[in-house]
Formats: sequence, C-alpha cells, structure tokens
Amino acid sequence: MSKSKLAVSLFILSEANFFALLIIAYLYFHAYPGEGPTAATSLNAYRTGIFSIFLFASSATMMLASRSYRAKSSAAFGWLIATLVLGGIFLFGQVREYMELYASGVTANRSLFATTFFTLTGFHGLHVAVGLLAIAAITILTGVGTLGTSAREADAFGSVEIYWHFVDGVWVVIFTIVYLWAFL
Amino acid sequence: MSDIAASDRIAELEANPERIGFLSWVASVDHKQIGIMYMLSALFFFGLGGLEALIIRAQLAMPGNHIVTPDTFNQLFSMHGTTMIFLVVMPVLAGLTAYVIPLMVGARDVAFPRLNAFSFWVQLFGGVLLYFSFVAGGAPNAGWFSYAPLSEPAYSFNNGVTYWILGLAGVGVGSLAGAINMAVTILKLRVPGMTIRRLPLFCWMTLVNSFLMIFALPVINAALVLLLADRLLNAHIFTPAFGGSAILWQHYFWGFGHPEVYIMILPAFAIISEVIPVFAGKPIYGYEFVAGSTVAIAFMSFAVWAHHMFAVGLGHLFDLFFGISTMAIAVPTGIKIFNWTATLYQGRLRFTTAMKFAVAFIVMFTIGGLSGVSFAVVPLDWQLTDTYYLVAHLHYVLFGGAIFAIFAGIYYWFPKMSGRMLDERVGNWHFWITFIGFNLTFLVQHLLGMMGMPRRVFTYPDWPWWMTLNMISTIGAFVLLISVIVFLWNIVSSLNHGEIAGDNPWDAWTLEWATSSPPPVENFDLVPPVHGRRPLWDLKHPERADELVAAAAGK
Repeated sequence: MSKSKLAVSLFILSEANFFALLIIAYLYFHAYPGEGPTAATSLNAYRTGIFSIFLFASSATMMLASRSYRAKSSAAFGWLIATLVLGGIFLFGQVREYMELYASGVTANRSLFATTFFTLTGFHGLHVAVGLLAIAAITILTGVGTLGTSAREADAFGSVEIYWHFVDGVWVVIFTIVYLWAFL
Repeated sequence: MSDIAASDRIAELEANPERIGFLSWVASVDHKQIGIMYMLSALFFFGLGGLEALIIRAQLAMPGNHIVTPDTFNQLFSMHGTTMIFLVVMPVLAGLTAYVIPLMVGARDVAFPRLNAFSFWVQLFGGVLLYFSFVAGGAPNAGWFSYAPLSEPAYSFNNGVTYWILGLAGVGVGSLAGAINMAVTILKLRVPGMTIRRLPLFCWMTLVNSFLMIFALPVINAALVLLLADRLLNAHIFTPAFGGSAILWQHYFWGFGHPEVYIMILPAFAIISEVIPVFAGKPIYGYEFVAGSTVAIAFMSFAVWAHHMFAVGLGHLFDLFFGISTMAIAVPTGIKIFNWTATLYQGRLRFTTAMKFAVAFIVMFTIGGLSGVSFAVVPLDWQLTDTYYLVAHLHYVLFGGAIFAIFAGIYYWFPKMSGRMLDERVGNWHFWITFIGFNLTFLVQHLLGMMGMPRRVFTYPDWPWWMTLNMISTIGAFVLLISVIVFLWNIVSSLNHGEIAGDNPWDAWTLEWATSSPPPVENFDLVPPVHGRRPLWDLKHPERADELVAAAAGK
C-alpha cells in the first residue's frame, strides 16, 4: 500500500471510531428516549431512502471513474461528474430534510433523539461535503488534463476513492440504524 | 528518497541560502525545525502550567488562606491539569518523535512534511485558544475532565468550558494528524535492511502509540461535540434533569482518558528503552518482550476505563471486571520494568544526567504504578478516590514518569539537536533538585489523602498534621521552581558555550547518531547499512557485530 493510501486508511479507522461513538450516543437515547420528538414521529424513511440510493450509486460511479482513470480512458471525467451530481443530490436531500424538520419545530434542543440525530447525520453530511470538494478537485484536474498517471497521482486519485467509499459505507450503517430501525 | 515534496523543498532551500531567520521557522516543513518548535511551545506552556501549580500550592500552604478566590482556584486547577496533559506532555513528546523518528529510520523527513507543520500549528492555536479564555470572561473551571453536569451552562457561569472544548478539539486534530504521519513514516520510510524486527524500540513504541491515538482521540472528539451541542444549542445529552446522562460523559471521557494515560507514558517508555541500553553499554534485555508488552498495553488500555468510575456505583460485575482488567494491565508494564532492570544488571553503567533521570524514572514510575494498582482494589478506591492520594499517584506516573523520561530524552538528544552538549555538572544539580523537589511535593500527599484531604478543595481546616504536610508539599513545589530555573540556565548557557558534541557523543548505536550534529537539512549524505538492531555498533565493531554474536551463540 502506498504512503497516501495508508494514511487515508488510518484516518478512516479513526473516523469510523468517531462515528461509532456518535452512533452509541444515538442508540443509548433510542433506548431511553425521554420526552419530545423521536425518529418514528419525525423522520420520513421513504424519501431519505430514495436520496440514499443516489449516494450509494455515487460509490459505483466513483469506482467506474477510477477504473477508467487507470485504463487511461477519457470516460473518467464523465464518471467523476456523475459522482459529483449524485453526491450533490444526496446532500440536497439532506438540506431539504433539515429544513422540513426545522419548520415542524424539530431542532437540536427539542429532544435527545433530535440532538443525537443532528450530530450524527450532520457530521456525516459534513464528511460528504468534504468528499465532494476532494472529488471536485480531481475532476477539475482531470478535466483540464493535468492529472497524469504517475504513481503519485494515481495515489491521490485512489485516496479520494477510498475516502468516498468510506463515506458511503458509514451511511449504510446510519441509514439502517436511524431510519429503518425506527419503523421496525 | 521517494518523497518528491521534500526534495523539492531542499532544492529550494539550497537555491536560497538567505532564507533563514524567523520566516524559515514559521514557514518550515522540516521535521527538525517543527520538532524543536513543538518542544519550545511545550516549554512555554510548561511555564504557565507550572505558575498555576505554584499559585495552587501557595494557596494550600496554610489552612484558611485567601491568596485567590475559590472560583479562581477552580480555574487554576482545571487549567493546570489541562495544560500539563494536552499542552506540555503531549506536544513535547510529539516534538521529540517528530525530530527523532525520521533520523532513526534513516529517512529524509516524515512521510508528509506539510501535514507535520499543520499538526504543530493547529495544536499550538488550540492551546492559544484555551488560554484566550482568561481574557474572555474566565478560564474553564470544571476540572481537566469537565464532568457533566458541572460543565453544563447551568453550573458554569463563564465561557471557559466552551474554550476548553474548542482548544482540545484543536489539540486533538493536531495530535491525530501527527499520529498518522508518524505511523506512515515508520511503516513506509525505513531504510532497506531495517526490518520490523530490527526497528529501534523508540520507533516500535511510537508506532504502537500512534495506533493508540488513532483509536482514542475520536472518542473524546465525539464527546466534545456532544458537550458543545449541550452548551451552545441548549441540548441535554449530559444533563440528567432533562433525561440526559451524566454517566455517559464519564464513559466517553474515560474511554478516551485511560488510553490517553498510555499515550503519555508509552513515548516515555520509548525514551527509556533507548537511554538505558546506551548508558548500560548493553543491548536491551528481551527486545521482543518490550515491544510485545507495548502492544498488549495498547489493547488492554481500552478495557480499563471504568476504574475511574468505581465511586459511581455501576454494579458489582462492572467493578469486578474493571478491577481485574486494571490489575492485569500492570503485568505488561511490570514486564518492561523487569526488562530495563535486567538491562542495567552487569552493565557498564555511565551515570550521565540522562541516565540518572532514566534510573529515577524506573523507581518513581514503579511507585506511581503500585499506587495505581492499589486503586484497582475497589474498596480501597472507594476510600481514596478524589483524595490527595490520587493526586500523588497521578503525579508519580506523569511527573515522576513522563516528565523524568522527557528530561532523560532532552539530555540524550540535545547534543544531536544543537550540536553542543548540555553541561553535565549543572545537569547533575538539575537532576538532584528535581528529584528532591518532586518527592518533597508529592510523597507527603499520599499521607494527606489517607487522612482524608479531598483533591480540588480551595482550603482546609487546621487539623493535626494537615498544615505541616501541606507546607512540606508547597516547599517542594518551590524547590521544583528552582530546578526548572537551573534547567533553563543549562539550556541557554550550553547553547552558547557548551562543549561541541560531534556526531556520536554517547557512543550510541541508532541511526540518528550517524549524521552530523545538528543534522543537515537532508539528514544523511549516506545512510549506514543496517544488518541488525544496532547499526552503528556493528559498524564500529565489525568483529563483534550483533549478527555474528547471535550466529556464534547458535540462535
């Protein structure tokens, strides 16, 4: 494994632990909810489920982008744009969800569910946004043709890819725990 | 070296020799300069944290004193603990590792030089932000572990704890980036021939410690963002009155806090494992056990946190588990004590100042370790928790342990960093004044604790012996002040007039001593071949090289 990929992997180990701790806090108060809004009363799992499909699809397009890049194919640029759009749609969905929650009076201080929900999904959204910035950087470099295929440049591409798959993987866990479990 | 970024920079520096002075430090991505800046920032905060300790001790010198108000006292002990742990011990160790690790593995720089600079600056500004709280309404006053609900807005009337959260987040991000950088440097940038089994123990322990930080720091970061939500968004995660859980904060904090103890002590072990063999003139006894027990400590450190919480009343099964796991983690630590002692046995000992601090470390840390094991006995913990016995215990491991090892490391590597020797005669004075001052300050605190004096009290009644013992402790603290002045004087005068060190003044055997003192920007012209654990020894004594000796012994 190259230097950069190793560093990103170690960073992801740490981030996974960070999310695990936020999930523990969420689950703890899921078991002891107290008063105020809960997941079952305030979340729309169907709509978020649809937006989640866009995020999961972006992992696939990222993989295709990476494959095209390694094959020195010009299709890489198109797949990267697709990844950006899909990730952007997911983020748009999250912003919309937050605005609706806010309009219906579900804010971070309303209940323990609300606090742990916003910290958990908010930090995930932040990670998606950072990932989109990184992908935007390599998309621009690919678009103007300055991203070569040296080992060092391939590592940069690969590192962004690892990070993006991680962001998706975390969402699988969060979506299952926060949205699906609420309705079981 | 494969690191193109570093070689670019070196070419740039060679082309512009006028780029020296202030900017060459602030804009530096050189691991040696960054390491030194880490240590200087730690020294600065050591002065502040020490000043806070002296005010605390002055206030406690006599019963009924009123040198500071109770609220100021709360701020002082909170800032003293936070400063010493996050702004002194962690950065000075980060600085030593940033300086030494690339040299020890024969690399030109760390794996990511710019990330290294980022680590330093973000942790420095975390510290500055923490201290800014003094002029922004008041410093944090809920202790260094900010127990909820005391740290909640309802109970703290200034913004101190908010600054504490943001400052620690900065330090945490910097430390995490540093840990990743060091792990990658050790795993990827070793010279050919330096297999993982030939890695110097300093690198071994830094590697294990990096993993410890990678797993432990996110725990406190998660707790910090939740506490921040409580403080700034009026949430109630940690306030029981609104359905939240104060115990959850304790689990989170100590889930980080106990690994953190080892994050501070493993690099100290690492220094000791280099200093003792060199000054005993022998390879370390039981290399594999020293490395292996470090890995064991790292794993076990995540399963002992609730021994900080015996007084909570978590239930017998909980107490039993954490009591036993705490006793068990003393075993790999004890193995190390045994290894160092066995390395000293029949060695040709050279009692340099570094060696004196290292040997004193073994004794002081063992005392602290034993009082630590006494806390694993749950009924004893109930009796002694949050008394001065605990204060004595933690200072024996963190001052008698970590700080003594750091002094050993500074006396050991200062010649490499500056090109000049620290004065041994002044160093001798520094050692003995520190040793006496330390024991005067903290030995008597065991007794105070057993007599029932709680920690963090602003003052105390005039009960038999309490004033005498507290006065001894305060006198000891001021003796420590003298020791720090002697140390600073030694640094300043040795930088100007110290004996020229040469490449390898201690006759040591790891790679950093193969290059000049101080090393050139690119570290090495030619890295010596590595055929064993002591490359410079092999080079100097080819007829008694470690490889040949091992082969002759039939291993």
